[in-house]
Amino acid sequence: MQRLISGIVFILLLIIGILFVIPSGESDNGKLPIFGFKDVDNKGDTIYHKIPDFSFIDQDSNIITNETFAGKAYITDFFFIHCPSICPKVKAQMMRIYDEFENNDQLLMISHSIDTRNDTVPALKAYANKLDVNTEKWRFVTGEHDLIYEMADDYFITALVDEDAPGGFDHSGTLILVDKNRHVRASANGTDPKSVDEFLVKIEKLLNEE
Amino acid sequence: MKSNSLLSDSKVKFIISAVAIIILVFQLSNCSYQPFSQGETLYEYHCANCHMPDGTGLKSLIPPLANSDWLKEHQEELPCLIRKGIKGPLTVNGKVYDTEMAGIEYLNDVQINNVINYINNAWGNEYGDSNVKVVRKALESCNSQ
Ligand code: HEC
Repeated sequence: MQRLISGIVFILLLIIGILFVIPSGESDNGKLPIFGFKDVDNKGDTIYHKIPDFSFIDQDSNIITNETFAGKAYITDFFFIHCPSICPKVKAQMMRIYDEFENNDQLLMISHSIDTRNDTVPALKAYANKLDVNTEKWRFVTGEHDLIYEMADDYFITALVDEDAPGGFDHSGTLILVDKNRHVRASANGTDPKSVDEFLVKIEKLLNEE
Repeated sequence: MKSNSLLSDSKVKFIISAVAIIILVFQLSNCSYQPFSQGETLYEYHCANCHMPDGTGLKSLIPPLANSDWLKEHQEELPCLIRKGIKGPLTVNGKVYDTEMAGIEYLNDVQINNVINYINNAWGNEYGDSNVKVVRKALESCNSQ
């Protein structure tokens, strides 16, 4: 009997503990949380995870850096053109975001190709044309292989070269929202329309906050 | 069996046949509610990522299957298209598409038949029923390649 009671107490404590550790979806001030580990600098200020400098090349051979997104929030994802699995489904969800915010110049979009061998600039151009989007708003970029995979890490996205995965790449269909201060503020499962419903609300919220 | 046994022979037979009948009835009623349920499952797994769950495709990248005149008019080509893929421009409902579709080689003849029956009859399509014999015949032209 005693063992049973202490067992129940233990489990209860465990549940309470877990509830405390899991951060709630929103931080205390009602704003979207900032993703990643925090650090404190020697002046006592909190340092958040920040998207590092990058330089890629887009479907029109423009050089795309953090400057391209200066003062704006953006949505990002990783994909490849000859993707037999989830990519088109994820692109259809990206398209929903595009349609919703097409005329809001506070939000841009960038899709990174992880197939640096096949997805050349002309291939990306053809792809963008087929999606029929304004490429000033939504860019498709390629670049140095290692840099693209490092960026995926910085956005907390999985992207791997994997011979066994469909099409030769293993990647998640995650969509990421980055604010104008280069902080990751929200993510969504791009294969799940319901997850993207919530994401649309979060984007709206961030744009109102800024 | 001994006469004092709890279940007599005839009772056992009765129970077994009753269970069999119940299972059969359930099976049949399932079928009549969902005409191409295996085809639907296969579609969701192998095709919906590209052609979308509602068969609408994606902009000029991926052609629709729902209400597609190409699908309606190229029925004999479907088995080979599914197994070997298709390349080069094609026109669906007046719009030109030109993206390669890779073949889905690991679907067997029966599964291909089920997928065809599903896309022919889903989303308001009424493009007729296929059968495995016809599918096998059509596949002869591309199996050797
Ligand atoms: C990787 C993405 C992808 C997958 C998976 C895929 N398709 Fe396709 N499909 C395409 C593309 C792209 C085309 C257009 C090909 C072209 O332009 O030559 C196409 C064309 C077609 C067409 C002819 C055009 C039309 O719309 O009527 C049919 C029929 C078709 N696919 C059926 C299927 C079926 C059935 C499956 C699943 C067994 C499937 N596809 C899986 C991408 C895909």
